Amino acid sequence: MKEDKMPSRRETIRKLLQGAGFLGLGGLTWGAYVDEAKSAELILRPPGAISEEDFVKACVKCGECVIACPYDTLKLAEPGDRKPVGTPFFEPRKIACEMCPDIPCVPVCPSGALDVNLVSSVKEKNKETMLDINTAKMGIAVIDTSTCIAYWGIQCDICYRACPLMDEAIELKYERNERTGKHAFLKPVVNNEVCTGCGLCEHACVTEKSAIKVLPLSIILGKVGSHYIKGWDEDDEKRMEENDVEEDENMDKALDYLNSDWKDIVDE
Amino acid sequence: MNKALKNNKFLILRRIIQISILLLFVGGNYWGWNILRGDLSTAKVLDTFYLSDPYFVIQTFASGFVVAADVLVGALIILLFYALIGGRAFCSWVCPMNIITDSANRLRKMLKMYREDVKVPINRNLRYWILGLSIVLSALFGVAAFEAVSPISMLHRGIIFGMGFGWAAILLVFFFDLFVLQNGWCGYVCPLGAFYSLTNKISIFKIKHTVENCTECNKCLIVCPEKPVLAIIGKKSGQITKGECTNCGRCIDVCEDHALKFSFNKYNK
Repeated sequence: MKEDKMPSRRETIRKLLQGAGFLGLGGLTWGAYVDEAKSAELILRPPGAISEEDFVKACVKCGECVIACPYDTLKLAEPGDRKPVGTPFFEPRKIACEMCPDIPCVPVCPSGALDVNLVSSVKEKNKETMLDINTAKMGIAVIDTSTCIAYWGIQCDICYRACPLMDEAIELKYERNERTGKHAFLKPVVNNEVCTGCGLCEHACVTEKSAIKVLPLSIILGKVGSHYIKGWDEDDEKRMEENDVEEDENMDKALDYLNSDWKDIVDE
Repeated sequence: MNKALKNNKFLILRRIIQISILLLFVGGNYWGWNILRGDLSTAKVLDTFYLSDPYFVIQTFASGFVVAADVLVGALIILLFYALIGGRAFCSWVCPMNIITDSANRLRKMLKMYREDVKVPINRNLRYWILGLSIVLSALFGVAAFEAVSPISMLHRGIIFGMGFGWAAILLVFFFDLFVLQNGWCGYVCPLGAFYSLTNKISIFKIKHTVENCTECNKCLIVCPEKPVLAIIGKKSGQITKGECTNCGRCIDVCEDHALKFSFNKYNK
């Protein structure tokens, strides 16, 4: 009787291994899917979004920002959008960010995925911290100079004029058009440090497929590394103090080399 | 007519509540209503405070992010509400997937697929493994793992904000319950249901069975989506204490012998 009820040791081990196997199989499949599904490198987030890596963790997918957006710019990613499902994003070619001065989408975020501090600046007059949409960093506009008709020499400055930070985020560079010999190029140039990534330029662009596109900062921005410093910039020079640069032991040798007669070197 | 109403009392009540909640959310998004705004993951109530899905917040926590206090408090309110009062009532009174799986179950009966002779080799405890796995995967991949795939979220968010291809996931659940396994999603797979089953230990509302009235007609066992919780039916009087009971009240609806009713928890007295 007892033997009928009690599973043998072999049976128990088999079941345990089988269970672990199923769990591993399921976990790997699920994990692989999740890892793919969370990485949408080209997604544009609402203003004030924390880094993408933290954003997908922090967003609770409540849609408060989407409901608050008065222009229906923001959408929650739906299954099939190939973006982390339920998280907010926008597509400037369809509807760009209109850069509301009161930024209704950011303070309503309950989870901390959108941070008011990332879209605020300190007023010089009374040191008050104020919402400032111009400090937003949703992305950076990039121009394809091969399809931008202004770079062809055709007069078009629509992105320049659509830009809410005209002459700051997009400037027009004047160049002589050697082809005609009597016209000027008016080439739009994006200032990466100022551009907010609102996408009004991308929305306005007259070419069939926009010649100016907003891409996420993580794609556009390079990284200099600690060993290049702007010697002409006081703030940047302070990094010298932070970086504990060791004196080069071979400095004397290098100086000797420069001061020595070339014949000495040849003799060596 | 009156009898049909009486025999479906809790079913009708549940549908009214489920659909009203969804409608309030839809109104919150499209028509500027302020009663409930957001979705079942996190909602703002009366434009003053938040309610959050505690299981979602735990996954977020596992992924390595501590959400802001508003959401934490909201999750705590929901957790305490179900743990102390509702039990696993979310599943049958709020979750919109319940409507889908109930319809699959109904169709299953109509198509006479209502038989247990085809054994699907999965166990009702699978959901607890999935629950555990979701936490581990959230930690490993740095994102709420179940929320990335949850057909429940795709359903309610789909209705409130836009469906996309979400219908495919919902159809998957429907077909799974219809063709593969009776009550398969809610009773075997869903980790959210598993979560609320685990926290359902001391809630106030419990189904009470009076064995003296029971004629052992088995109607409650046929209709119950979590059959193992009804183990005491026809054997002894007492309360249904198993955490998996969703307090749906369907067994009360179908019982014609006054052997089942809602009662306050007697805490194993």
